[in-house]
Amino acid sequence: MTAPSPRATFWRGFLNALPFLLVVGPFGLVFGVVAAEAGLDLLAAGAMSVLVIAGAAQFTALQLLVDQAPVAIAVLTALAVNLRTAMYSAALVPHLGAAPLRVRAFAAYLLVDQTFAASLAEFERRPGMTLSEKLAFYFGSATPVVPVWIGASLAGAVLGRGLPPEYALDFAVPIAFLAILSPMVRSIAHLVAAAVSVGVALAFAWVPYGGALLIAGLVAMVAGAEVERRMEARRP
Amino acid sequence: MTIDPASAWITIAALAVGTFLIRFSFLGLVGNRPLPPWVLRHLRYTPVAVIPALVTPLVLWPAATGGAPDPARLLAAGATVLAGVLTRSVLAAILAGGAALYLGLWAF
Repeated sequence: MTAPSPRATFWRGFLNALPFLLVVGPFGLVFGVVAAEAGLDLLAAGAMSVLVIAGAAQFTALQLLVDQAPVAIAVLTALAVNLRTAMYSAALVPHLGAAPLRVRAFAAYLLVDQTFAASLAEFERRPGMTLSEKLAFYFGSATPVVPVWIGASLAGAVLGRGLPPEYALDFAVPIAFLAILSPMVRSIAHLVAAAVSVGVALAFAWVPYGGALLIAGLVAMVAGAEVERRMEARRP
Repeated sequence: MTIDPASAWITIAALAVGTFLIRFSFLGLVGNRPLPPWVLRHLRYTPVAVIPALVTPLVLWPAATGGAPDPARLLAAGATVLAGVLTRSVLAAILAGGAALYLGLWAF
């Protein structure tokens, strides 16, 4: 089998990320609308989507500022919501860690749920990929997602209050996350991790400022890894 | 309430720097040094460990209904998971979830 060209790999990344646009588009629109209602002008709403590229964190920060929380609390909570990208960053090290620092910095800027989910799934499906193929796929997956996120945010900010709440665009967010998640549950260990995550999140729902998410993420990660370790140890 | 521009811009700047540093953390520091197997084993479970905890409150207590559980949104979440597990396709899961949501909103 001959290795695919970097160009072909880039476009495969691009294509694999296209389904996410069904989510990123509406999500960006909703963010723009919420930002406009919160009093952000077009420049601020656009700048936030360009510089932060983190829907959940952006919503969290806006919501807290609208609720009159101090800026420091809004920032720290939004960063806590985005801490999962540190785990993504670590998970990409075995795949992209050998790239030059500047390339890794650019990859880090583009590290969002969609680029991570599309790329890690591909890297696990094709263990023989070279570094340049992995980079081509990764940047390919970011190419449709990030501009559409920014464009949709701006469109939403322009539309402002024009979108009626009956469209229930708010629920684009959980549907997106669940659609990314469900196909990933491939083993008992994955199922245990997901179940523990839900259980701990509910048990610690009273912890303020995104704390439940952090506790649940850590406990569920350990639970999944431990189930995997025990199942491997039992195998002859 | 609306946000005053100074607070908005300070928040945007702080989040720009903070989110980048979080994303760059391991990619920037670790470089091409290999991670130990037990770390890799844990990292395999990061998405399935974090996403359910993130989604659970959004599904059970949606802000759009003021935090009251909503049958249409519960139905949509269930349909998304079912389609995702059965088809292994993100797109199929999204379409199933969207269809169930609007069906539910129309029916309930």
